[in-house]
Amino acid sequence: MQIASCLLQNHTIMTLQEIIQPANKVYGKTPLLTDTPMHYCPGCSHGVVHKLIAEVIEEMGIQDITIGIAPVGCAVFAYNYIDIDWQEAAHGRAPALATAVNRLLPDSCVFTYQGDGDLAAIGTAETIHACNRGENIAIFFINNGIYGMTGGQMAPTTIEGMVTSTSPEGRDVMLEGYPLKISNLLTILDGTCYVTRQAVHTPATVIRAKKAIRKAFENTLAKKGTSVVEFVSTCNSGWKMTPHQANQWMAEHMFKAYPLGDLKDQ
Amino acid sequence: MARNKGAVVVNIERCKGCHLCEEACPSDVLEMNQQTNAMGYHYSYMANVEACTGCASCAYVCPDACITVYRVKS
Repeated sequence: MQIASCLLQNHTIMTLQEIIQPANKVYGKTPLLTDTPMHYCPGCSHGVVHKLIAEVIEEMGIQDITIGIAPVGCAVFAYNYIDIDWQEAAHGRAPALATAVNRLLPDSCVFTYQGDGDLAAIGTAETIHACNRGENIAIFFINNGIYGMTGGQMAPTTIEGMVTSTSPEGRDVMLEGYPLKISNLLTILDGTCYVTRQAVHTPATVIRAKKAIRKAFENTLAKKGTSVVEFVSTCNSGWKMTPHQANQWMAEHMFKAYPLGDLKDQ
Repeated sequence: MARNKGAVVVNIERCKGCHLCEEACPSDVLEMNQQTNAMGYHYSYMANVEACTGCASCAYVCPDACITVYRVKS
């Protein structure tokens, strides 16, 4: 019996060694993602979106011309994780800075990476006006419905009834207003060419989100106008859930307020 | 039906033990190790080696890009 178990183990080990060969590799970390461990909480959606952006930049071969604009919020250290040129913007002002960078370097591929506290709260004016001017940039918008970095406070994007540290009874729309569906707002502006809402909680949604990121970069290179990709995301620490529970909660509640899919594609 | 043989290699020191790969795996291959890495997280490992088909679902959802996937067609 012992010999049989030993043989089985040897067989397994041999098989694994045979499988784990460079020729058989089908997926791995892109070299554009640096070896710096990300500071995000375990299970945070930011990591997946960073990874997808890095993969798309690598696949399109645009590492040398891509300039990212990092926000204020959890993703403030994005410049440590993706090996491209970056600028750090003041809170909410990433679209304004992206405008400047793109006008000074018109052949560059400029994108902003912003959370909902950055894009949909303090930076609402900059976002709307950059999109209305049709600046040739891509905007990647992480919407987790709260201010994650500062302790999970209610944000303009917090959905109705959602419990946060500053709305312990749940968001009351009569008192605090309705969740701001900023991507829907941006679709009516003539300057935007592509507005879509994606998620990254399952393998299938990750694949669709990657296609959306690629399309946004292609639009930017083709100088078609502003592309906005919203990612409905989780903040499991801020929501006080495990990463898996947060994904389930998002699918159950967030998608009702923020349904996935393309909102505008021209 | 013949199925592909797969294997994953987890970058142990990068893994934060979020369990998302475990939940995404359709073949129940991955589990969290009893051991912890230098950051104190229980890292993911292949507990059910034979079941892996190399579909890469785990790697797609991994927020920390810890997982490298290998696949051999059968």
